[in-house]
Formats: sequence, C-alpha cells, structure tokens
Amino acid sequence: MRKNLNVIAAYTIMMGLIILVGIFQSWNIALSIFNLCLISAVMTMGANIQWGYAGLINFGIMGYTALGGLAAVLISVDPVQEAWSAGGSNILLALLLIIGMVLAIRYMLKKYEKSKIRTYIIATIIIAGIIIIRFVSEPGIEAIEEVDPAKTGFLGGFGLPIIFSWIVGALFAGGLAFVIGKVALGLRADYLAIATLLISEIVIAIIKHEDWLTRGVKNVIGLKRPAPYEVNLQQTDWFINLVEKFNLSKLNLITDLTERQAALNQFVIEGSSIFVKLCYSGLFLIVVIILLILTQKALYSPWGRMMRAIRDNEEAANAMGKNVVKQHLLIFVLGSAIVGIAGAMLVTQDGLFTPGSYRPMRYTFLIWVMVIVGGSGNNFGAILGGFVVWFLWIESAPIGLYLVNLTTAGLADTHFLKVHLIESVPYFRFLMMGIGLLLIMRYRPKGILPEKIEIK
Amino acid sequence: MDYINAIVLLLNYIFVPALAYGSQLALGAIFVTLIYGILRFANFATGDMMSFGTMVTILFTWYFQSLGISLGILPTALIAIPFAIIFMVGYMLLIDKFVFKYYRVSKSPPVQLAMVSIGVMFVTQAVVRIIIGPSDRRFFDGEKFLIKASEFKEMTGLNEGLAIKSTQVITIVVTLILVSALFWFLNKTKTGKSMRAYSDNEDLALLSGIDPKKIVMITWIIAGVLATIGGALYGLDKSFKPFTYFNNMLPIFAAAIVGGIGNPFGAFLGGYVIAFSEILLTYAYKKFFIYLLPESLEPNSLVQLLSTDYKFAVSFSILVIVLLYRPSGIFKGKIL
Repeated sequence: MRKNLNVIAAYTIMMGLIILVGIFQSWNIALSIFNLCLISAVMTMGANIQWGYAGLINFGIMGYTALGGLAAVLISVDPVQEAWSAGGSNILLALLLIIGMVLAIRYMLKKYEKSKIRTYIIATIIIAGIIIIRFVSEPGIEAIEEVDPAKTGFLGGFGLPIIFSWIVGALFAGGLAFVIGKVALGLRADYLAIATLLISEIVIAIIKHEDWLTRGVKNVIGLKRPAPYEVNLQQTDWFINLVEKFNLSKLNLITDLTERQAALNQFVIEGSSIFVKLCYSGLFLIVVIILLILTQKALYSPWGRMMRAIRDNEEAANAMGKNVVKQHLLIFVLGSAIVGIAGAMLVTQDGLFTPGSYRPMRYTFLIWVMVIVGGSGNNFGAILGGFVVWFLWIESAPIGLYLVNLTTAGLADTHFLKVHLIESVPYFRFLMMGIGLLLIMRYRPKGILPEKIEIK
Repeated sequence: MDYINAIVLLLNYIFVPALAYGSQLALGAIFVTLIYGILRFANFATGDMMSFGTMVTILFTWYFQSLGISLGILPTALIAIPFAIIFMVGYMLLIDKFVFKYYRVSKSPPVQLAMVSIGVMFVTQAVVRIIIGPSDRRFFDGEKFLIKASEFKEMTGLNEGLAIKSTQVITIVVTLILVSALFWFLNKTKTGKSMRAYSDNEDLALLSGIDPKKIVMITWIIAGVLATIGGALYGLDKSFKPFTYFNNMLPIFAAAIVGGIGNPFGAFLGGYVIAFSEILLTYAYKKFFIYLLPESLEPNSLVQLLSTDYKFAVSFSILVIVLLYRPSGIFKGKIL
C-alpha cells in the first residue's frame, strides 16, 4: 500500500478537482469533463503501449481515432437501400478490384526476385489498377451521392448497436496500423514520427472527401445511443420518482403545489442529462478498467519484460533471439487498436461524426502531452496524464480569464489591452499545455508518475 | 496558335503558381534541414515559428502604414521584414537559451528534442494567437499584378491570359537571392565551412577547434531569417492565418525529407518537387486537351488525376514513397 501512495494521492487530487468543478460550476460540466478524461485515458493507454513499452513514436493517433469514429458510423447507421441499389454494385466491384490488385502485387513480390523489371511491372499494375478502379467506381459514387444528398448521400452502415463499433473500431485501427507498420517501422525514430503524422493526414483527407462512405464534411448526425435518451427519461415514472427522492429536502421547502411541480420538472431535466452522462461514464469506466487490467498484466508478463528489453537495447534483445521487427509490429498494431476503441467511444458519446474536427493539435499532439506529462511506461501515469491534461485543457479558459482579470484589474473595462486579452482567453490553453510540457520535460522527464519496474 | 494557347494555359495555372509555392516551401524546408543537420532534431515548431515571424512582419507593416511610409508599387511588408527578422532571431535565441540548450548540453536523444519542440510549438502558437488572433489577415498593399490576364490577351492576341501577380515575382526573386547567398555562405566562407564540418562530424569538428556555441547561434540566426522571409512571402502571396501555417509544416517536412534531410540543396529542390507534383496531379486538364486534340477526341470529363481535396495527400504520398525506396532522400542527406 505504502509503495502506491503517490498513485493514490495523485488520483485523489484529480477526483477532488473534478468534484470541485461539480460543486462550483455544475455537475453536468464535471461529468462531461470526466467522460472525456476517460476517453483520453484510453487514448493515452494506446500511445503509452507504443511509446512507453516499446519506444515507438506514433504521431498518427489522429488517424486511428478517426477510423474508430468511422467504425461507429458504419456499424450503427441503418443501410441506405436506395444508395446500395444505385451504386452498391460498382463499389463492391471496385473493392474486389482493389483486393485483386493487392493479391497480384503480393504474388509478384513473392514469386519473382527483386529486379528492375519487377518494380516496373508492379508500378504498371498499380497505375492501371487505379485507372480501372476510378472508371468502375466513378458512376457508382456519383449515383450514391445523388441519393437524397441533404439527408443521406452515402451507403450507410449495418444498423447494428453502436457498442459493437468499439471492437470494430479497434479492428479498423489495428488493420491500418498493420499496413503502416509494415511500411514505416523500419524508419528511424524521428522519420517514423513524421511519416505517421503525414499518413494520418492522408487518412483524414480520405475520410473527409469520400462522401459516399462517410458523408465527408456534411457530417453524420443522430447516431444511435447505447444510453437512454433524455427526452424519454423525462417521461418515465421511475426516473421522476428517483429524482424526486434525491431532491426531497429541497422540494419540501416549497409549499406551493404548482411551484413545486415546476421545480421538480427543472430537476428532472437536469437529472436526465446527468443520468445519461453517468451511463456513459459507467460504460467508459468498464473499458478503462478492462484495458488497465490487461495492460498491467502484459507489462509484468515475460512479454512485457521482453518489450522493455527491446526498447532499452534493441541489438542485445535481437542477439538473444527476440524477433524485434515482429514485436514492434505487434505492439504498433495493439496500441493503435486501443486508440481506435477510443475513437469509436468518442463518436458514440457525441452521437455525431464530424470528419472536419479531426485536427493533429487536438488528437495527436495533445495526446502526446498527456503521455509525457503523466509518465510514459506507467499505465497509471498515462491515465493520470489523460485526466490532468484534459482537465486543464477545458478549465484553462476560466483560469485564464481569472488571471487576465487579476493582472489587468487596474485597467478600465474598455481598455483595449484588457478587451484584447479577454478575447484571446481560449488560446491560453495552448500556452498552458506548452509551458506544462516544457516544465515537465525539463524537471521531471519521466512524468508525474514515473515508470517503476519491480520484479514480482 | 492552339499550341501556344495550351502552353500559356499551363504556364498560368501550373507553372507560375507552383514556382511561387515551391519557393515558399523551399525556404521552410531549408530551415528544417538546417536545424536537423546541425542541432540534430526534427523541429515540429517549424510552421509556428514561421507564423511568429510573419506576425511580427505584419505588426511592423501596420506600424509603417500608420506612419505613411510605403514603397509605392511594392508592398510595405518588404521594409518591415528586416525589422521582423531582428525580432525573430531574438525570439529564436531566447528559445534556444531557455529550452533547447539544456537538452543539447546534456546530449539528449533526438526524439526528446523533437518532443521539446512540440512544447515550443504549443507556446508559439499560443503567443501568436494571443497577440494577433486566429483570423485570416491580408497585409499586401501596392500593385497587385505585374501582368494582368486581360492585358496579356490584348498584347498577344491569344485566347488564354497569363496573369502574374507581383507577389509571385517577389517570392521567386527573393528566394533566389536568399538561397544563393546562403549557399555562398555555406560553401565559401570560413564560418559556413565550419558549420558543414560540424554537421558532418561533430567530434572531429570540435577537435579542430570549431566553437559549437558560435555554430549553434549562427544556425538559429539563419533559421530566423529563413523562417521570417519564408513565412512573410507566403502570407503576402496568400494570406496569414496561424492554422494554415501550422498545417504548412507538413508539406515543408515532406519537401525536406524528399530532398534528403540535412541537405540544403536537396531541401531547396524538394520544395519545388512537392509544389509541382501537388499542382500537376490535381489540375483539371480538360481545357488543355481541348486545345491540343482534334474535336472528335475532346474529353468529356475534367481529366483530373485527383480531386483538389487531395492536394496535401499528394505530397505526403510522395514522401511515403521516397521514405520507402530511398530513405536518405533524392539527394543523399545528413551532410550540409
């Protein structure tokens, strides 16, 4: 118990902060911060597996997050029948062609020795394939996008419960990571960082502009929820009774019957959104706990020790007969898959998929700040990093406003400097993140909760 | 006649814009490559440092405009740039002293320095947005066009016009002057040679009495010059928006790596490779073929290889291909 004192203390302080937000701002805000903290925690766990366990830099987190979100759309939206009949066959044919192309390239690579002719043939296959695929898919895509573009204009999904998308999102992200890993893992650390960053931008570009698949920048809204809807809750008897029981002391103070009813309605409306958020918190907490148990087990298993050996001295591990390339690929896929889960969770919570909102600042660099600040290599640290950084990211605007008011207290309210500073309060979050990251890297390079390896 | 029309069409829509855009990328790419070659880390704050330099340029431009100083047909920003450079170099040296120096002295791995540069990126981005705000700003004044499309048509009697913006000419001329000065400095002067030696083999350079502090300082000064001018030229040609500058970091990285990171000449050419391939692959060639082909063969579609939405994706794909087949870049990198 004593050994873990700092972990417990750090988490208690964090929870205390969120509860303080609940008391001083509102429980609604506190819970939405808490939920996003949990999602961030899943993302940081994924990044931590790659960076902390194996020392692989992955700046493509944004891409995997978006793929997870795409999975949520493809799983939960009902299929659009007209779109399928309009252009489905073309799309399927194009898909078959892509598979055929990949198989042909694989065959060429396997069958023939490396030579100039082989390279040229492969290049020809790729170029010819792309041209044929464009010819096949173009009419289909146009037909699909013309089907009621204001509402659908895409193929839709499978109409399954959205929860499944968490697993499918992991598969999608893992699949992409497999391809990227095959291609890029041989690169040196900083090249790998740049390559993954750019590949994730390509993924986003595709998701943004292939309207037949994702509706692109038109966004997909109104995804089905795994939690009850507020409107329905507000009309259910057991829920109203529950809210009444909770607020009995306050309600009893009101004697007038109509006023009491109005107050109760208010409580029910507030309570319903809190209840929905609590449902999400429960679901997310389950995911975080399962992942935490698995990653902790992995960290202390022989496999985890091997990963650390590879991280700390690749050549020595290689000499001991460990397959470094294979293990790197495995861990790259695993970490990315976890990020994919987080991406699907995020879309599930928001109920909408907005490809335009995926930006590297928010989904790649912020996650990295979380990992570094929390403590790479330590799962508890990574989760804590997710909590601390997300909390500051949200709360830095109020804090910034307070600081601005404090420092410019001597100035008149209309003074241009004060007005300007108050307008730019939202950007204090970047400043805070940057300074926080720099300070942590300088004075506590291993993070708030450093990696601690004990032999059990 | 049709042939000339087709050529003018390509000149107008592909060659001139790509040349200007490529020059802007090239300056950024040389900046990345210098930092990588001498300080040995990938600088993720590139885009935001450029946006900082541009911001200072804009502030000086506004100041000069309020004083009533102008260059006539040339943009006022040209007088503002030297002042901005002084500011920018100061900022760079300040960052180096308080942030990067510690890691350099303690010989941290490059990855750690790259992480630190992300911290710098956040801070710089915040500073820029707090000072000038996140919105789109144009600070160009003076004569907009060197040749207007309509004038060109009248002059030559062709169907296609060729419009050359004065910012494009300024960009290309300034880039050429700056880059040749830089190459002269690196290849002919003693300091430049010692920089190249330091980049090639640090220990050997130190043994032969090269002062690392001086090398690092000069690198940051050159970097400041490049960042300010590159950023300001981009801002003059298009417009200044912090978010676009952050995004520009990606094609700049692509250009630096394609050219062979650590190799300034490669970075210079890499900028044009990226710019030309972006524009060539996303341009709709319909009109071009209408001029060239007989009527019966005229294309119905746009004859566009990729939609313009994939402009960025093109450069990244090129980068990925180069990384796979020739990780050291088109020109061998790692040595200045």
